[in-house]
Amino acid sequence: MNPEDLLYTKQHEWIRISGDTGTVGITDYAQKELGDVVFVELPKVGNKLTAGKSLGTVESVKAVSEIFCPASGEVTEVNTSLEGAPETVNADPYGKGWLVRLRIEKTPTEGLLSAKQYEEYVAQA
Amino acid sequence: MPDKRTALFLVHQKLGAKLIPFGGWTMPVEYSGIAKEHTAVRTAAGLFDVSHMGEFEVTGPQALDLVQYITSNNAARLSDGQAQYSVLPTREGTAMDDLLVYRYSTERFMLVVNAANIEKDFEWIHGQNRFEAQIANVSDDTSLLAVQGPRAADILKPLTSVSLDKLPPYHFTYGPVLGVDATISRTGYTGEDGFELYFPAVRSEMVWNGILASGQSYGLLPAGLGARNTLRLESKLLLYGNDLGETTPLLEAGLGWVVKLDKGDFIGREALAKQKSDGIRNKLVGFEMLGRDIARDHYPVHINGKETGHVTSGSPSITLKKNIGLTYLPAERSEIGTKLEVLVRGRACEAEVVPTPFYKRKNS
Repeated sequence: MNPEDLLYTKQHEWIRISGDTGTVGITDYAQKELGDVVFVELPKVGNKLTAGKSLGTVESVKAVSEIFCPASGEVTEVNTSLEGAPETVNADPYGKGWLVRLRIEKTPTEGLLSAKQYEEYVAQA
Repeated sequence: MPDKRTALFLVHQKLGAKLIPFGGWTMPVEYSGIAKEHTAVRTAAGLFDVSHMGEFEVTGPQALDLVQYITSNNAARLSDGQAQYSVLPTREGTAMDDLLVYRYSTERFMLVVNAANIEKDFEWIHGQNRFEAQIANVSDDTSLLAVQGPRAADILKPLTSVSLDKLPPYHFTYGPVLGVDATISRTGYTGEDGFELYFPAVRSEMVWNGILASGQSYGLLPAGLGARNTLRLESKLLLYGNDLGETTPLLEAGLGWVVKLDKGDFIGREALAKQKSDGIRNKLVGFEMLGRDIARDHYPVHINGKETGHVTSGSPSITLKKNIGLTYLPAERSEIGTKLEVLVRGRACEAEVVPTPFYKRKNS
């Protein structure tokens, strides 16, 4: 159920890398753990993000969850549709519920998991 | 010590509930989603397992005297079959706990206290018992289910021979529900019409399943502590440990209406009389965020850049689609319309004092 073409973090983010563009979101496991998402706080286009550092927050009715960036780079696009419809993160975490797009500095590898590794990791959690 | 479980733990697990630690208990926080459960309670009904709550029985010829001495409201005004919101004050006029007092007869009362305070309250009350009264902690043997929402009465009617229509708010009766003898009380913690059922814990699964089955066609959903919290906050029902505690003077919490100084001697009376005559320094107010940011429990609150306190309860309001909260402000700056700032991850976000309750149901 976790798409095979994505890379995953242990903090439950995903990144889809295509050339020098990275699209980032949170995993299905993360959205389920959070529950109904009601607010998403995202960086601005042009912001420089660092791998492992906060890129924003996703809030559910009950909880606030900080989102960590899987790769370093400059924000080229943010998913503005989430402002009016944050519940998209629950409904389609790997598709329409994406958070930001980055121009990545270099292809990240460190600490990122394949779909299979991530599933094993979650199973132990 | 591992967290305690209610008699329905396995039932919740089977329903796919998300279970969390709460006040020493493992409790369901949500089943189908907090927003969905919240809306079900406002528009149809929800079923809550709140068996973690504590129940004490006070009996004997001086049962009323003990209840009067340890609580701030006037229990002498209760008739048989009536319930009352009250507080166990400390000698300092703050809250040891808040509770419901049920009068079964002049010689038999039930006190319903918060789960996290069961041992503390029991010891405290025991220590104050210089009357001919017995006090028994029956929490472990008692289940408490709350059926809350505009369809609650419709759902329970087929399950009991008791005439629910004749039961006004804050009244209760004793009778069979699904064949199980229960205290049926028209009370709740959601701001909606509804009932709370107290009955022997061994019958929990049968009663729970029976209510769920009866409620299915009415849109009843099992609901967890998450929805319970958003519902109670919209109705400005206080949460002990957040909005109320051993450091909050009762009058600052807006609980003057359950402090009856003229009822005779009771614990904390002197301190409470002084609160009344001196006036209060702070006041618990409701606020609404002016932007999209969400105020959460414990976030700092400022007025004109100066810290005044913190958010005691903060959450999105599912019904009102706003972000709301409670905080203590200096009394002289607590009027409706006062601007304040809530620090959301270090950022000052504007908010404004608004009238409470945030939500009030129609026809009530």
